[in-house]
Amino acid sequence: MIQFDNVNKRYPGGYEALSGVSFHLKAGEMAFLTGHSGAGKSSLLKLIACIERASRGNVLIDGQNLRRLKNRHIPALRRKIGVVFQNHNLLYDRTVYDNVALPLIIAGYHQSEVGRRVRAALDKVGLLGKERVMPITLSGGEQQRVGIARAVVNRPPLLLADEPTGNLDPELSREIMGLFEQFNQVGVSVLIATHDHDLISRLDHRLLTLKQGKLERDGWTSEMQERKRAFNNESD
Amino acid sequence: MSPYTSWFWRFMKRSSNKNADMEKRPRSAKPRGRVNAYFTHHLWVLVSSLGVLWRTPMATLMTASVIGIALALPAGLHVLLQNVQQLSTGWEGTAQMSLFLKPGVSEKRIQTLAKKLRGWEGVAEVRYISREQALAEFRELSGFGGALDSLDENPLPAVLVLRPTTEAAEPAQMALLLGKVQKLQSVDLAQLDMEWVRRLSSIIELGKRGVMLLAGLLGMAILLMVGNTIRLTILSRSQEIIVTKLIGATNAFIRRPFLYTGLWYGLMGAILAWILVASLLGLLSAPVSRLSFLYNSQFSLGGLDLETVLVLLGSGLILGLLGSWLAVGKHLQAIEPT
Ligand SMILES: Nc1ncnc2c1ncn2[C@@H]1O[C@H](COP(=O)(O)OP(=O)(O)OP(=O)(O)O)[C@@H](O)[C@H]1O
Ligand SMILES: [Mg+2]
Repeated sequence: MIQFDNVNKRYPGGYEALSGVSFHLKAGEMAFLTGHSGAGKSSLLKLIACIERASRGNVLIDGQNLRRLKNRHIPALRRKIGVVFQNHNLLYDRTVYDNVALPLIIAGYHQSEVGRRVRAALDKVGLLGKERVMPITLSGGEQQRVGIARAVVNRPPLLLADEPTGNLDPELSREIMGLFEQFNQVGVSVLIATHDHDLISRLDHRLLTLKQGKLERDGWTSEMQERKRAFNNESD
Repeated sequence: MSPYTSWFWRFMKRSSNKNADMEKRPRSAKPRGRVNAYFTHHLWVLVSSLGVLWRTPMATLMTASVIGIALALPAGLHVLLQNVQQLSTGWEGTAQMSLFLKPGVSEKRIQTLAKKLRGWEGVAEVRYISREQALAEFRELSGFGGALDSLDENPLPAVLVLRPTTEAAEPAQMALLLGKVQKLQSVDLAQLDMEWVRRLSSIIELGKRGVMLLAGLLGMAILLMVGNTIRLTILSRSQEIIVTKLIGATNAFIRRPFLYTGLWYGLMGAILAWILVASLLGLLSAPVSRLSFLYNSQFSLGGLDLETVLVLLGSGLILGLLGSWLAVGKHLQAIEPT
């Protein structure tokens, strides 16, 4: 689903946010992306959604090389990717309902279908009662969940999340992570950038660790799991 | 209902059921009713962009008024010129031509000539004034009778007065007829009695050109105005544009509300211009009628004809759309997510 081949990202100022990053996330796989602030997590996600383009190396999404992706084909790529943004990126002059409906309207769904899907997505994140509310009146965590509903409403095969639990209490964070796991269980590939070590150490997923733009470690969230997998690999 | 829909519904319903479900996503599913949804969406954008304008009535009215005044100016002038033309066409009906005949042309030849002229196309009536009649008329009207008596010969030539048909009373055709008549052997001098009607007509023609030029200039002004208004709207909504781009909106999708906004501005401006010109004509019509009554004329001020109204509405729509198109083309590209 996502393949990085020796990818470099240098920003116009000359700062190299990513250098020599290679990994492969298979379709249906779920992984966490971690690293200190400024390690390049957001930059990596931006390359996937073609918000930024790689300076060197190749990024392949669903077999498609983004280096050769023309600008006018970017919208089609982004519709396949649901993104939960670090800063929510909601439209504050529209209701929660309209925010979540936006990807469906863009994709040209029929009104009646839009209504059902939006309500189903809002139900999923526990905000069904807040349909007609303006996002500005919601708490940070609720806004984050509106962002999640919007990211999944279109049933994208790939889900990216940048700090999706940044504003949530531990309880709600676990619930949101559970939600991502559920999406993953029905075949959605999921990549989540997060700082929250406490949270991910309790889960059992692949973990990519960035350090100053380099992929320092490609392993598993829990030590025990890691040793078990290493053992299995040797015995193959 | 596609299998995809029902699958999605079941999936979404499972929020309470935490059991793992290994059901695979169907790959080749498509939302249904796309074409229908496309038109519904256009309609929705059309209505909602009007709604957005409605929420800021003063700003909208101001923009529409500027467009309205700019459109009303050439439209009003056009209607006034049309009226002047109408009026002068009435006068052209009274136009006539005097053919002064050479001395010594016999009575018989004059009669033949008159008969021949009556047969010409565009000639309604030919009246013969003999030298004697001319003398009698002159004596009566001028009061120089005594002076004429002292002459031993009648100095006045015979005259054929030619009145054109209403269709031929138009300046270009009158000039043609004049040229033809002048070539006749017996005619000494032919004179168009209403030369000034022709001059007026060319002034009207000039005026029409002027109105066209003015309309062109004001059209450009409207383009720039709408363009600038839309540019400001784009800038004020750049965050929204970025977010919709991130979610996968195409440029066409993002462009749409701005184009419809321009369309609405143009249409509102055109309707305002219509109202302005119509009220102006309404105000003028009573005094004009009174004036023409005093001059014993049937003339009354004509209003906006259907063609002018359609051109007015059409140019409003096109200018609004084009103005926003230019602004959108220039400024939307620059707004990209980072
Ligand atoms: N548009 C940009 N232009 C220049 N430098 C940038 C740009 N975006 C990011 N950077 C730099 O790239 C580096 C990595 O940024 P990035 O946002 O990917 O970090 P991050 O891992 O997401 O951090 P955080 O956890 O704080 O969100 C940072 O040092 C940042 O200053
Ligand atoms: Mg970040």
